[in-house]
Amino acid sequence: MFDDFFVRALIAGIGIAIIAGPIGCFVVWRRLAYYGDTLAHSGLLGVTLGFILGINMSLSVFIISTTIAFLLLLLQKKTKLTGDALLGLLAHSSLAIGLVIIAIASSIRIDLMGLLFGDILSVSNNDIILIWGGGVAILIVLFVIWKSLFAATVNYDLAKAEGMNPDRSNYIFTILIAGVIAISIKMIGVLLITGLLLIPPAMSRNFSLSPKEMVVFSIIGGVISVIFGLFGSLEFNTPSGPSIIVVSLMLFFLSLFFRRGHNSIRLK
Amino acid sequence: MQSNKKNNKPLVKMENAGVFSDGRWLVRGVSLEIYRNSIVTLIGPNGSGKTTTGKLILNILKADEGKVLHSTHRIGYVPQKINIDWTVPLRVSDFMGLTGRISQSKINEALSLTGVEHLYNNNLTNLSGGEFQRVSLARAIAKKPDLLILDEPVQGVDFNGEIKLYDLIKQISEEINCGILLISHDLNFVMSSTDHVICLNGHVCCSGSPQDVAKNASYIELFGEQAATTLSLYSHKHDHTHNPDRSISK
Repeated sequence: MFDDFFVRALIAGIGIAIIAGPIGCFVVWRRLAYYGDTLAHSGLLGVTLGFILGINMSLSVFIISTTIAFLLLLLQKKTKLTGDALLGLLAHSSLAIGLVIIAIASSIRIDLMGLLFGDILSVSNNDIILIWGGGVAILIVLFVIWKSLFAATVNYDLAKAEGMNPDRSNYIFTILIAGVIAISIKMIGVLLITGLLLIPPAMSRNFSLSPKEMVVFSIIGGVISVIFGLFGSLEFNTPSGPSIIVVSLMLFFLSLFFRRGHNSIRLK
Repeated sequence: MQSNKKNNKPLVKMENAGVFSDGRWLVRGVSLEIYRNSIVTLIGPNGSGKTTTGKLILNILKADEGKVLHSTHRIGYVPQKINIDWTVPLRVSDFMGLTGRISQSKINEALSLTGVEHLYNNNLTNLSGGEFQRVSLARAIAKKPDLLILDEPVQGVDFNGEIKLYDLIKQISEEINCGILLISHDLNFVMSSTDHVICLNGHVCCSGSPQDVAKNASYIELFGEQAATTLSLYSHKHDHTHNPDRSISK
């Protein structure tokens, strides 16, 4: 029915959407949009280092993203620069270093457009195993830390006072974000991963009444975006990442007409 | 209510505790004990170390000096303010089980005790300040803690609301048999059921039991009988002065 690569892309994309939903909800709740962007930007550096050192690309992306996350923590202690300035510094410098290395190392041939915006042709059977295996691991860990991470999202002091160990779940969550980026970078692209993390939860917030509803609707929205995005990509010969994001944006606008429980929004 | 300190271990015992940060002591030399069935009120001006002391008791901060000993980990906390982002869809029902699984009957019991059962399905961002305070109190008591800590519970509540809230806190202390720590910035009025008042200003300035306001005729005239039974005038017994460099002279 379909070319083999397309079925692989569908299976991989649906897996990514299922993982991105719940992680993305926390990214939105905790205002980590720019943080996710920074980790994703560093992904390019991860890819190039992976090529040069001859190690698995997802592994090197994961290592670099985690390193950037902990570098940020270190910098926050060393300087009094605001968080967003530090994030910008790390995001753009890691992207720049990645691009410089690609230019210098003439021996490596990298499809830059594919890395920045995603490439469905590149999805192999191994990638599918990585996405689903890694995804299940990420979701299990998230499930385990859910209660304390959510309590800390609502109020850190409260979570800590009532014995939830919020520091540990915050660190673990950072690693989970790096993990999601590592497994979805090939498919969605460095520049667009945060979009897939943010837009489905933003859409689902419009008609969710509880945190769990928001997670479930985010997953559904993400899966629909992937399916329609990939079919569109095949039909109109557009890159996969942007096509998926465009569909999710359309779903977001559509969701504005189906708002629930917002009769008395207060402007604060 | 008398605290039965005999053959009763304190829930929290602070011995000469202090917190050092950014080159100075935020608070130092604080000793206090909180027992089951008793109410301790911590008062002091802004920057006096009330919140820091509260965080020591809550295990949020570690003492750099002295000791903070807990004989319980069942703590209920009502923070001064909880800013919940609109992006988090949170109903009262979800909020009740925030830090631990809790049975439906206990949730209903706690919400009806604080008089906000009807808000069960409401979104938290749509509550008024007073409603939110009662929901937050219900959340903290639902799991029947041994120690309940309330940070500025009457802040932003009008005088009548303040009396009602204090009545409610007293009722809670009787019904769930816990020790209560109230943190307040009001230097003159404390809840009359308070067993012990501690006045902080970087250290323990003075402490003791609140005076019986019922005797104070002008107070009753000013605020009425109802107020007199709930609020007490606390007279400070300061025997020292604070110098601008944070040193103390007698």
